[in-house]
Amino acid sequence: MAAVSLKIDGKTVETAPGRSVMQAARDAGIGIPALCDHPALPPEGACRICLVEIEGQRAPQPACTFQVSAGLVVQTRSPHVVAARKLVLELLLSDHPLDCLTCESTGSCLLQDLAYEYDVKGDRWRGRHHDYPVDSSNPFIQVDRNKCIVCRRCVRACNSINGVEAISIFHRGFNASIGFGADGPMQDSPCEFCGSCVAVCPTGALRPKLAIGKGRPWQVKKVDTICSYCGVGCKLTLHVRDNRIIGADGAWDGPVNRGWTCVKGRFGHDYVRHPDRLTKPRVRHYLLHGGKKRRDGTGWDWVETDWDTALEVAARGLCQIRGKYGADSIGVLCSAKCLNEENYLMNKLARQVIGTNNIDHCARL
Amino acid sequence: MAGLAASFGSGAMTNSIEDIATHAAVYLVIGSNTTEQHPVIGFRIRQAVKQRGAKLVVADPRRIDLVDFATLHLRHRSGTDIPLLNGLMHLILRAGLEDRPFIAERTEGFESFRAVIEQYPPERTSGITGVPADQLQAAAMLLGTNKPGAVIWAMGITQHITGVRNVMSLANLQMLLGNIGIPGGGVNPLRGQNNVQGACDMGGLPDVYPGYQKVTVEESRRKYEEAWGAALPTGAGRTVTELIPDVLEDKTRALYILGEDPVMSEPDTNHVRKCLDKVDFLVLQEIFPSETAPYADVLLPGASFAEKSGSFTNTERRVQMVQQALDPPGEARPDWLIISALARRILAEGRQPSREGKHAGWDYHSTAEIMNEIAALTPSYAGISHDRLKSGDSPQWPVKDPGHPGTPILHVGRFTRGLGRFTPLDHIPAAELPDDEFPMVLSTGRVLYHWHGGGISRRAKGLLEAYPKALIEISPDAAARLQLGNHERVRVLSRRGSIEAEAWVTDRVPPGMVYANFHFPEASANELTIAALDPVCKIPEYKVCAVRVEKADKDVSGG
Repeated sequence: MAAVSLKIDGKTVETAPGRSVMQAARDAGIGIPALCDHPALPPEGACRICLVEIEGQRAPQPACTFQVSAGLVVQTRSPHVVAARKLVLELLLSDHPLDCLTCESTGSCLLQDLAYEYDVKGDRWRGRHHDYPVDSSNPFIQVDRNKCIVCRRCVRACNSINGVEAISIFHRGFNASIGFGADGPMQDSPCEFCGSCVAVCPTGALRPKLAIGKGRPWQVKKVDTICSYCGVGCKLTLHVRDNRIIGADGAWDGPVNRGWTCVKGRFGHDYVRHPDRLTKPRVRHYLLHGGKKRRDGTGWDWVETDWDTALEVAARGLCQIRGKYGADSIGVLCSAKCLNEENYLMNKLARQVIGTNNIDHCARL
Repeated sequence: MAGLAASFGSGAMTNSIEDIATHAAVYLVIGSNTTEQHPVIGFRIRQAVKQRGAKLVVADPRRIDLVDFATLHLRHRSGTDIPLLNGLMHLILRAGLEDRPFIAERTEGFESFRAVIEQYPPERTSGITGVPADQLQAAAMLLGTNKPGAVIWAMGITQHITGVRNVMSLANLQMLLGNIGIPGGGVNPLRGQNNVQGACDMGGLPDVYPGYQKVTVEESRRKYEEAWGAALPTGAGRTVTELIPDVLEDKTRALYILGEDPVMSEPDTNHVRKCLDKVDFLVLQEIFPSETAPYADVLLPGASFAEKSGSFTNTERRVQMVQQALDPPGEARPDWLIISALARRILAEGRQPSREGKHAGWDYHSTAEIMNEIAALTPSYAGISHDRLKSGDSPQWPVKDPGHPGTPILHVGRFTRGLGRFTPLDHIPAAELPDDEFPMVLSTGRVLYHWHGGGISRRAKGLLEAYPKALIEISPDAAARLQLGNHERVRVLSRRGSIEAEAWVTDRVPPGMVYANFHFPEASANELTIAALDPVCKIPEYKVCAVRVEKADKDVSGG
């Protein structure tokens, strides 16, 4: 189909028919602010932040749902739309806690960024305020409806990405708010805790519990890697602070997951700093000090040792068995949780170093 | 994987996730609890159904969550996959919906295969599988008239004594429908662990070197002997399901185990404990004191995935970069450093590489260097390097050279073995069927919030809180017979052991079945499972064994 040509802020932009003004602007590197629109979700037209002036239209139009057509002339920053945006922000902030000092979302909150950009302080109207209890009753996600701006990003993520439709909007008007299942707690709904809703929430309404109080975005190092759970291979961005994983997101450029992931990928990686971690090599007492291999009533007798000793003991033990019973009396199990490079080395160790093809792992189990 | 290797010449997921999510008009999901075990693929299947009206046939004895989105649920009896598939293929042939040009040009063995299929009319199929004839007819029509169609499976197909034959049967179905080598089609086994595909690719199997080069083929062996500078053993080795029981026969004397927990993951736990207790010498390299750790003589602290850099290969053969985010705790070390150090010490004790080989040494400075060695010796990884992966590329093997883009779909135009082979397959009942003493079937698997033996997921705070103890699924009928209430304790006994756990009374399981997981050591399903193996690939029959179920007294509830 022929490209459509339009003008955005005086710049000529070519785009495909069927695209929205928002998408055309984004492709051309022109940012139109939005709260409800998200590049990975279907457009909603709920927040009115992306209002733009379009020649020939009586009122400002939402860029996220207005489709391009040839010859369109769009103004994204005219005084008229800037004033309209400020009004929307003032209305949103009139019923929003201004606790940015301690809010978990500070530094990653779109509402905060826009209030800053448009110099909206939230003091124009002080009307009624909601005072919902904060719901922390499930293991993964803290729900604070006071901070919900009813943008429906979470609703769309649950409907169109996960698919279980656990989230919807309950009540109307001033009392409209997100709810789960039949408006009960998240854990009693069809929710699978994939956290897609958390990933797209523009404010502090839905936050990952495991990260609360663990660090501000600017204190966090981000490292892209691959998830350690199933064979799907989601690309994750780990959030790291003080040598700890404090959170994880699906990476938007992940070829398999395209930004999404599941409950284990998003909320299951704190295990790497569990206090049970083995941190020193150990060998049995008999291997260092002689005597019979035995198991007494208190369990096996471990001795913590240094790496040289442990490796020496391991190598000697394997060599003795090989000397006595042959290489095929030794079995090597590599690991479906370890790297390709490590599995290759296990295969080389079994075949070249020990001299046996007795190598396998849990592919069958 | 052996099943696909026999039918097509190589065994792996033929299509990519993106491809089947975008292009399949119909899905047959059989023996895969996709939304719990491969959740992000589960998302994509639900999206395909909801957003573009793709048809979904789920074949599973359990009413898994994906059934909520299915066009049709075939609830066949455990261990009757082959008769079910034969019955469907019978109806596809009867309706003339087979892809005749594909069968003529790309396959062999069709006539002898057809002869067996003719013996599975709906009445007989229904009798064996328990699936009503009208549902068989509806499923055959869905699969036969919607093209392309993708078949997706997991351990529900493979963990049977007929695992290899089940896979060959699915290969038969997809050849019959011409669904191989095309977008939106294919045979798509979903691999369980994050790097189980990679561990197989890297020669972590008793019969093949990296890239599935057979140890019994002299040319392959020569190649590795030359590269590694050592004479290599000639015959195939033993599988994990043989190596451990062989301890009692004195055939296995020592084990070196990296990051595996056989006490949790092997069938018949009591027997495994007995074997590990007896083994002369066990070196275990782990991150946690696993259930296997009490049997180890040497315990080497390794590194978690976040503490080292290298690569994983996912279920669709995609090689991706893993990057270090943390330092290992205490004196724990990246596993590749431990393996190399151990190798150097064993070599120092004797058996030096006898000739000078280009890749004989063990002085690696990085995993990038190891990948270069892999690429040099493994044709399907020849074009992989860390530089390429770090640049953002994540090709699917085979990747024949650094400029090769990778292979999103296998068997396009030609099977690896030339012609695809139809295999005539008859029904073979499971090894241990219910009887008077043990009248119910136990099937086992995993749940959304946990992972395999549970050693990792039980140490993730949120996951443990979400699913803190073992649950045994039992149907309302069976529970009523036992006067067992939801959340009351139940005891399940097999010929090998018994476990006690909380009952979840649910119609997810059919009346004659209980379902248990192996995430919790205090009530692991593998105390009960049978170590009956597929004769070819030695996979245990985790999905069927006979059990007796009793209501447990509250006062003796142990766990």
